[in-house]
This record gives sequence, C-alpha cells and structure tokens, in this order.
Amino acid sequence: MATSTVFVALFIFVVIMLVFAPVMTWVERKQSALMQDRIGANRAEIFGFKALGLIHPLADVIKMITKEDTMPTGAHRFIHLISPFIAVTPAVISFAVIPFGGTYEMWGAKFSLVVADLDYGVLYLFAIGSIATYGSMLAGWAGNNNFGMLGSIRVSAQMISYEVAIGVTVIGLFMIFGTLKLSEMGELQQQTFRVFGFMHYLGWVAPGTKWIDWITLPMWGIVLQPLPFFMFMTALMAENKRAPFDTPEGESEIVAGYFIEYSGMKFGLYMMGEWIEVVVISGLLAAMFLGGWSLPWLPEKDLIAFLSKPFGANIANLMAMLLAVHVFFGKVIALIFFQMLVRWSMPRFRYDQVMNLGWKILLPLSLANIVLTAIGILIVQGVTHS
Amino acid sequence: MKTALFWIFSVAALGGAVGVVGNVRNPINSALNLVVSMLALAGLYVLLEAQFVGLIQVMVYAGAIVVLFLFVIMLLNLRGSGTSGAEVQPLVKIAGVALVAFAGLFLVRVLASGRAPWPDVDPSYGTTRAIGEALYTDYVLAVQLAGVLLLAGILAAVVLAKKRVD
Repeated sequence: MATSTVFVALFIFVVIMLVFAPVMTWVERKQSALMQDRIGANRAEIFGFKALGLIHPLADVIKMITKEDTMPTGAHRFIHLISPFIAVTPAVISFAVIPFGGTYEMWGAKFSLVVADLDYGVLYLFAIGSIATYGSMLAGWAGNNNFGMLGSIRVSAQMISYEVAIGVTVIGLFMIFGTLKLSEMGELQQQTFRVFGFMHYLGWVAPGTKWIDWITLPMWGIVLQPLPFFMFMTALMAENKRAPFDTPEGESEIVAGYFIEYSGMKFGLYMMGEWIEVVVISGLLAAMFLGGWSLPWLPEKDLIAFLSKPFGANIANLMAMLLAVHVFFGKVIALIFFQMLVRWSMPRFRYDQVMNLGWKILLPLSLANIVLTAIGILIVQGVTHS
Repeated sequence: MKTALFWIFSVAALGGAVGVVGNVRNPINSALNLVVSMLALAGLYVLLEAQFVGLIQVMVYAGAIVVLFLFVIMLLNLRGSGTSGAEVQPLVKIAGVALVAFAGLFLVRVLASGRAPWPDVDPSYGTTRAIGEALYTDYVLAVQLAGVLLLAGILAAVVLAKKRVD
C-alpha cells in the first residue's frame, strides 16, 4: 500500500469520525433549535467558556463512556455485545470508496484522493450497507425485550425493502456513465453538454450557429437524472432510519425500538453509526449526482493547465487538490444540512406509509426510469452517430 | 498474505457450515453461522479475482436472504426442537454419516494434494464490464431464461400471498 493511501485513509478517518460525527450532534441541536425558535445547547462549559455550545459533544462522550453498561437478564450475551459493532463498522468503512478528489502528481509523488478506487465501487457500498442490517436487527432480538423485538422486525423489513429501491433507482445513472467506479463518475461529470445541441442534429438551426455552443450544462448526475436523485436520497435516508423514517425506533409506539436495551457507549455507537451514515450518504450523493469534487463548467484538467502557467505544475496540482477537497466537503456539508432540514421538518411516517413509499412508489418509478433512460440513451446515440 | 487469507476464509466457511447444522437449540444461531459462512465464501470469491461475484454474494445472500431467514425466525418466534435428531430414521442417520465421511475423505485428499499456485489473471478479469459483456452477449439466452424464472417466482409468491389475504 502506498504511503499516500495511508494518509488519505487517516485523513478520512479523522475528518469523518473525529470532526464530522461529534460536530454534527452540535449542528443538529443548534439547527433544530433555530427551526423551533429555541436557543439550543448552551449549558456545558469549561472554565466559563461555552463556545456556543460546542462543549456539548464532549460532555456527551464523557457521559456515555462513564455510564453503566447494562446487560438485561435473559439476553443473548454474545450477540448483545457484538451488535453495536456490527452496526457501526459498515458505516465507518464505507467511506473508503468515495473519492473526494482526483489524482494529483506533485514533486514526483502521486496522490489519489480515494482510499480504495474499486472497479465496483458503488456495489461495494451497497453490499456493506446490507450487512449493517444485522447490527440493528440482532440488537432488538438479543435484548430479550418485546419492544426491541418489534423494533428489530420493523428494521429488518424496512432495510430490506429500501435496499431494493436503492439498487434500482441508480441503474439509470450507471447506464449513462457506463461504470460503477466512483472516481470515473467524478471524471465524467466534469464534462458539459449543449442543452440545445439536439437542434443542430435535427437540422433546426443553420450549421455553424454559434449560440447553441454557449448554452451548456455540466454532465452532473442530478442534471441527467433529476428524479432519481431525489428517489435515491429518499431511499438512502430510509435505509439510515432517521426521522422521518425512524419507525424502527419510534419512541411514541415502541419506546426506543431495537436499541432499547443498550446504555452507555453501546447506545452511543448506534447514534454514531447513524451520524456517520449521514456523512456517507452525503458523500455518495455528492460523488454520484453533484459532480463529485469538481466545480461546474470547470474541468480539472483545464484548471491545472491554467494554473500551471504562472505557478508551475507542482503548485498547480497542489492548489487543484486543495480546491477539490474543499469543493467536495462543501457539497457534503450542504447535503448534511439538507438531510437535517428534512429530519426536523417532517413528522414520522406511519409504518405502512414507509412500506408503501418503498414498494409502491419508489420501485415502480425507478423501473420506469430504467426503461426511459434506455430509450433516451438509444435516441442520443442514434442521433449523434448518424 | 493470500494463502493466509485463504485459510482464514476456508476455516470460517467450513466452521460456519458446521455451526448451521450443529445448532439444534437455537435457529437464530444457525442463521448467524450461515451469515459467517456466506461472508467467508464471498472472501474466497474475491481471492479468486471474482470480485463482482463476491460482492453479489454479500449483497444477496448475506445481506438479503439470510436477513429474511432471520426475519421469519423472529416473526414466528421459532425455538429449536431441542430433540437433536432422536426421531430421525436410522437409514437417514447412516446416509448422513456416510456423506460426512465421504466429504471428509475428499477434503483430506484435496489438502494432501499440495498447493496449487495462485493463478495469474488478466486485470480485466472479473470486472463489472467483463461480466456485463459476457452476460449480455454470449449468455444472453440464459439471462433471459433466469429472468423469466424469477418473474414466475415473484408472480407465484404474489398469488400465494393474495389467496391468504382474500
């Protein structure tokens, strides 16, 4: 393994685990407070410093670690012990395939800003995500608690249902890009296409007309597949089972659902898994639909070529790399905000509504999308090749 | 490295398989052993450069089918019979022992036959592109037939479930 890969992996670990997850608890509190016209977390302090409530995540961690770790009577001890780890591990390792930059060469070293640039990248994410079901499902069963049991039945049905939707909604995008590799998708999304280019092929405008070359759109997933973007996001959020899809833990019906018998840091692991999953969802959406690490209308090659003239190739690559990381995480943060906005705007769905949305709305729509996308691709190929 | 991984995965796969059969008391334990076995098999596929098959193995078998097994076990709240095979007919017992003995002999023979080198394969082998091309050019009829079969299965499930509801 190259040293740069280790650096990239460490960077991801530090950013996602140690920065995003704890700070997100604070952001979520403050945002919900803002939305509900409250002040929000502002009590924890160190020597009088409150730092706008930023001490709260620290206080949370100390509380969770020092709390008593209970084991209910009649619990399956081993499964009860390992379930939180099964739940949190997939969330942590799934960021490995999400690229947050391209490949940069500077001072003789090659930096590829993705830990594992797998040929079947998206598929890896789906496979890892399907394993996460066990963490939640076994938790409810192992605790020997009826509410937990109801929660784990709900969680397994919900996660299996939405796995189908997750897989099928993005097939249209795979058909357009012709790859499952996330870094390749990022490269492809730097291209642009002419919005009125079809008029040229249909002979509606005189050949050599300039203005159709000017009106272009980036080939982002959201431009090519707008509806699947929202369907995919919905399905991913349902898979992550946060509000409004949190029926498996619906506290007004089944107390806390599948993690009812967990206390201390084991409970914290479930919470942390959900928060990390929010970051992973945002990263995946940004990489697949929002152009990855690039700015629209600004292909990275052109940028590096432009910067190389005054600064030299090394500095140009470094600048492009820093820009890419910032652009990518900017998109991720925007998507995280959006997910929190949804979480605090919508009431919890009823369980049958969750199931209906998955099977009767998302699945048929995405199947129709596959057919329509295939027809569209054939038309575009036929027109441009004739 | 590869050889060590091979041993880890093989032992896990076999151990999981034994665990599936051995857990007469608790069906959930059996199902979990099945998951371990499936995941180990996926690891073996990846070692053989068939990453796509390995991932589908994780996604479909470990991630969906066994989850459904567990779901049904939990929903029906099944407990094991606990009577570890007392009512099994003697002929079946003999057949089982013979089968295990045969499999064990086979395993010993394979292990004794020495190590084959890891094959050198083309980097395009086992990629999604290669598999897609193979499926939709050479084996397109098989894909279509499998699709029809699955559709028939889905329809049959709907019909059976609907009869219960009506």
